[in-house]
Amino acid sequence: MGKHPEVKLVPVPSPNKIPERDIGKAPILEVSHLGIDFGGLTAVDDFNLAIGRTEIAGLIGPNGAGKTTVFNMLTKVYQPTRGTIMLDGIDMANMNTVQANRAGIARTFQNIRLFDNLTVEENVKIGLHNHEEYSVATGIFRLPKYWKTEKAAHEKALELLSIFGMEKYANVPAGGLPYGAQRRLEIVRALATGPKLLLLDEPAAGMNPSETAELMNNIRKIRDMFQIAIMLIEHDMNLVMGICEGIAVLNFGKIIAKGTPSEIQSDPAVIEAYLGRQKEV
Amino acid sequence: MKKKIKKSTVSSFVNYGIVIVLYTIFQILSSTGSLTRQVSGLLIPVCAYIVMALSLNLVVGISGELSLGHAGFMSIGAFSGVIVSAMLQNSVTAGPLRLFIAIVVGAVFAALAGFLIGIPVLRLKGDYLAIVTLAFGEIIKNVINCIYVGVDASGLHIGFESIDALKMDETGRTIIDGPIGAAGIKTISTFLAGAILILVALFIIQNLVRSRTGRAIMAIRDNRIAAEACGLSVVKYKLTAFVISASIAGAAGALYALNYSTVVAKKFDFNTSILILVFVVLGGIGSLRGSMIAAAVLVVLPEMLRAFSDYRMLVYAIVLVIVMILTNNQNAKTIFRNIKLKFSRKGDI
Ligand SMILES: Nc1ncnc2c1ncn2[C@@H]1O[C@H](COP(=O)(O)OP(=O)(O)OP(=O)(O)O)[C@@H](O)[C@H]1O
Ligand SMILES: [Mg+2]
Repeated sequence: MGKHPEVKLVPVPSPNKIPERDIGKAPILEVSHLGIDFGGLTAVDDFNLAIGRTEIAGLIGPNGAGKTTVFNMLTKVYQPTRGTIMLDGIDMANMNTVQANRAGIARTFQNIRLFDNLTVEENVKIGLHNHEEYSVATGIFRLPKYWKTEKAAHEKALELLSIFGMEKYANVPAGGLPYGAQRRLEIVRALATGPKLLLLDEPAAGMNPSETAELMNNIRKIRDMFQIAIMLIEHDMNLVMGICEGIAVLNFGKIIAKGTPSEIQSDPAVIEAYLGRQKEV
Repeated sequence: MKKKIKKSTVSSFVNYGIVIVLYTIFQILSSTGSLTRQVSGLLIPVCAYIVMALSLNLVVGISGELSLGHAGFMSIGAFSGVIVSAMLQNSVTAGPLRLFIAIVVGAVFAALAGFLIGIPVLRLKGDYLAIVTLAFGEIIKNVINCIYVGVDASGLHIGFESIDALKMDETGRTIIDGPIGAAGIKTISTFLAGAILILVALFIIQNLVRSRTGRAIMAIRDNRIAAEACGLSVVKYKLTAFVISASIAGAAGALYALNYSTVVAKKFDFNTSILILVFVVLGGIGSLRGSMIAAAVLVVLPEMLRAFSDYRMLVYAIVLVIVMILTNNQNAKTIFRNIKLKFSRKGDI
């Protein structure tokens, strides 16, 4: 049992808008007063956000703003120092990373983390692991259930890979894939775990413009097919402004603006954060 | 897809095939009396060491953890096997059946030990497992060194002082006599049993690796955080690999011990653990076939070169260091890879 993060019982200030179609349904994610300290450094503080059930949300901000740290807290790779995370009405306070995934949060990583020595198909099957089950003994003795389940997992894996047209790579070791394909495989693997909320950490990093455009379509396609919420961190503003319905801007660990793409683009605080950063560079 | 399944399946069956063919050849040679006594005496120990190498490969190669005390599990299997065999000496007269029971019991006790030390240790990250298994191996050795076990009409007697302190009646027989070890063992191990045990170990590990459990074990090895983010319980799968490995080692221990009339705990010390690790490293971490070949060659060669056997551990140490240096050198890696490509049998695990 981890220690309970300290909870302040105050309403979320300036609740962000969620897409109209999701209004009236409970948000998939409700985060209030989330914060984390690393020693003396407060990396994220007073982070409040609600995400609609089928929303595509964006989290942007300059380098080192704390975006990945937010993902790490949501997936319990880091335990938050303060605040609450409610996933589909369930308090995630005492969950670890494994439980967070089973509760319905899946993610990709900024620094790609694939199972390099497993094939592409096996990587996806790891995502399916908790949905296609049989016992250790069934596997060793290859009882009928082994063949049945493996066949189902194989078909499911290929079906998921086909979203990105990656079936042809099924038997290639994941570590040998080109960079862009590795990023796509991470998304497929995360999707295979059957999430309610999919977190994508810089999915377009290292992709060329045509790959990025295709990725945008595929992110939308995934949302439409699976009716899930997606939150993404991205530095490519064309992608963010193109597909996100709600955007939160993080700077020095604090949210400085929340709103629709057009609101964000004209927000003076956001412009300053980004221009300020450009001056430094 | 079809093709890939075939490849790995072919590789599995090649492994079974090699074992069966070699068994048949040596069995014929031995029954026609063409083997020297020295070689025929090595057949069963070689089988036991091959099984040990396979077992350790499951932990080191497939699960990616370093165990430096695998001889400890072998020891537990050896002595529990010896005890069971001695207890059943009069009730189960058929040697092969008694051997089978002894091997199963050895495997069960070793698995239990693996479970008990695995639970606390596998929660920790990093090199803790290596250190704790090292300590475990030494503890097992020392504990067995001061155990006294005997059996009489009223059953099994266990004590830590002396055989006399067990107060057995006149039907009493000593099974383990403290530091003197087990003596008067009825040697019931057979070469056939050794070959079967290798096949069983191969069957278990190869099928495990290609099941969802094995996939999970390898995924955790490749990337722990990503595996957790996919909902895999790290401890559960590391423990599964560790316990299965321990039980296979226990079975090998029982086979090994029941091949000799006397066995001492000192036989299963740190050197033996390292020896088995050397088989795995030299055979190629993760390659079952490599482990088997390395174990066979490295057990037989020193016996052939009896005169030099004093230097055996020295040579092993040097070879191990050289291999580690070479496998971490970029140029050497490329050379190795090219050599490997030339001789590669794809789908090898
Ligand atoms: N485990 C940690 N220990 C100490 N400090 C950390 C840790 N993780 C993150 N930080 C700090 O928290 C801050 C936010 O880092 P984070 O990785 O979340 O930034 P980011 O917004 O994702 O940046 P980028 O766009 O470069 O990916 C940084 O100052 C970083 O050094
Ligand atoms: Mg980041």
